[in-house]
Amino acid sequence: MDLSVRDREMLSGERGEAVQLAMKLLVAVGEAEDAPHLIDVIAGHIDACLFHGVAGLDFAERLVEGGGEVAVPTTLNVSSLDLIHPDLYRGDPETARLARRLMDAYVAMGCRPTWTCAPYQLSWRPSTGDQIAWGESNAIVFANSVLGARTNRYGDFLDICAALTGRAPYTGLHTDEGRLGDFVVELQLEDGLLDDEVTYALIGHAVGKMAGVDVPVIVGLDPDRVDEDRLKNLGAASASSGAVAMFHAVGVTPEAPTLEAATGGREVPTRILGTTELEEARRQLSRPSGRLGAVSVGTPHMSINEMRRLAELVGGRTTKVPFYVNTSRDVYEVAREEGLAGVIEAAGIEVVTDTCTYITPIMGEIRGDLMTNSGKLAYYAPANLGANVALASLADCVESAMTGGPAVGES
Amino acid sequence: MSKSISPGVARGEPLVLQEPLSLWGGVDPETGDIVEPAHPQHGENVAGRVLLMPHGRGSSSSSSVLAELLRRGVGPAAIVLREPDSILAIGALVASELYGSVCPIVVTDTDPGPGTWVVDGDRATVRGEGVQISRSKSDIE
Repeated sequence: MDLSVRDREMLSGERGEAVQLAMKLLVAVGEAEDAPHLIDVIAGHIDACLFHGVAGLDFAERLVEGGGEVAVPTTLNVSSLDLIHPDLYRGDPETARLARRLMDAYVAMGCRPTWTCAPYQLSWRPSTGDQIAWGESNAIVFANSVLGARTNRYGDFLDICAALTGRAPYTGLHTDEGRLGDFVVELQLEDGLLDDEVTYALIGHAVGKMAGVDVPVIVGLDPDRVDEDRLKNLGAASASSGAVAMFHAVGVTPEAPTLEAATGGREVPTRILGTTELEEARRQLSRPSGRLGAVSVGTPHMSINEMRRLAELVGGRTTKVPFYVNTSRDVYEVAREEGLAGVIEAAGIEVVTDTCTYITPIMGEIRGDLMTNSGKLAYYAPANLGANVALASLADCVESAMTGGPAVGES
Repeated sequence: MSKSISPGVARGEPLVLQEPLSLWGGVDPETGDIVEPAHPQHGENVAGRVLLMPHGRGSSSSSSVLAELLRRGVGPAAIVLREPDSILAIGALVASELYGSVCPIVVTDTDPGPGTWVVDGDRATVRGEGVQISRSKSDIE
């Protein structure tokens, strides 16, 4: 791999020990991926701030001791703790202490304490063509697909290496060729299904199963009926059931004005996603028993538009089951200013910030179905939480919670 | 054609995964047990084994889980991949940097067959050793 003069200075230790280690790891990975050289990235998003064990903490603290300071604006993913509502955490205090040390280490390196899995909802976000290095699978697929920014799937550790050096291997989705669609997913669905938000989670789940690591091109979405929240849910589900880091949707996403533009004019195979495939996805994600146990929405974090809808749907009623909404502290702040947070909390709904109900012990024992509008939560909840999931629209989640059930499986 | 993405030499009994596995959510980082309920090899343990994975899957947190497994001494002896995977590579490289642990990762289409496998991440080779069983960590060097 060709290294610039500055890359070699970093590698030789002239810019400090942390930068030297980061560059050493970037070079090793770049060579493993046959990258011809490194490129500049203008922003980072770090997933490694979520605690998975002492190894991650040892690495972060070694970088801090080595004088690590991020070279580009860098945001932080969810952590294990809600620093705004610390009493929500029901886990082991020792794990919480280590998780907090990990958070502090990343803040000490100059990362912004955003604590969100939806950095694309923050006031600054990358634009089409920007080269970035993001971690967190749903953020990666959103950045590439919806924003047209360019990032590979940065795993824990490599994310901070890119942020400390401002460099990343020039491969995969950073390149023009790497972004071309590999196969077409042709939607053959009744038109009315495209009005149902659950459909987008199901499409994402089915597409992830088909795609593996390939770039799918979805044909048949209606640009007038998708918004960022629906695309968020679709992308997050596809990055859970598969390793999708980018999709195109013809007529919707910025690099797919036409099918030809999305595939680069290449001949690619076509897969059909019809009612059968959609119902199969529904069966895999949603197995309602009819008994409502709890509701959790906001995986990935709720946007301000979703918070507005939630406040409106609540309509002054009170939830009859435990109800959690995950969002970022930035969106929460706006929701407070707009008076939405007060309405939501008055309904007995627990607002969770900085973390998410599917990765850290916040919800108590769930006696009955866990209802959600999130394809990603529905995918992980059976293994992570031991929960039985009912997937439904936000409106149905609220209606079921306010009436005490039953949990419906579809809207 | 073979390629190394993490150096070192290790040997162990192969564990050929029938489906891709996300280490995050799929493997207990404290024990090495495969805990993903839907995985065909749910209940097996990765410690000291040569993992053959067609390719990685799922979460970008799998790097952290691999490093943690290696820190605790319950990580795989080596990993053999059919396609490069930078998420696994960085996990092994960081564990090597922090703890001096060895977990060679080689990308190859070689199939050494049954018996112990020797994975050489310095020369990018994977070879079989007949049907001898050698799983203990002290055998690695």
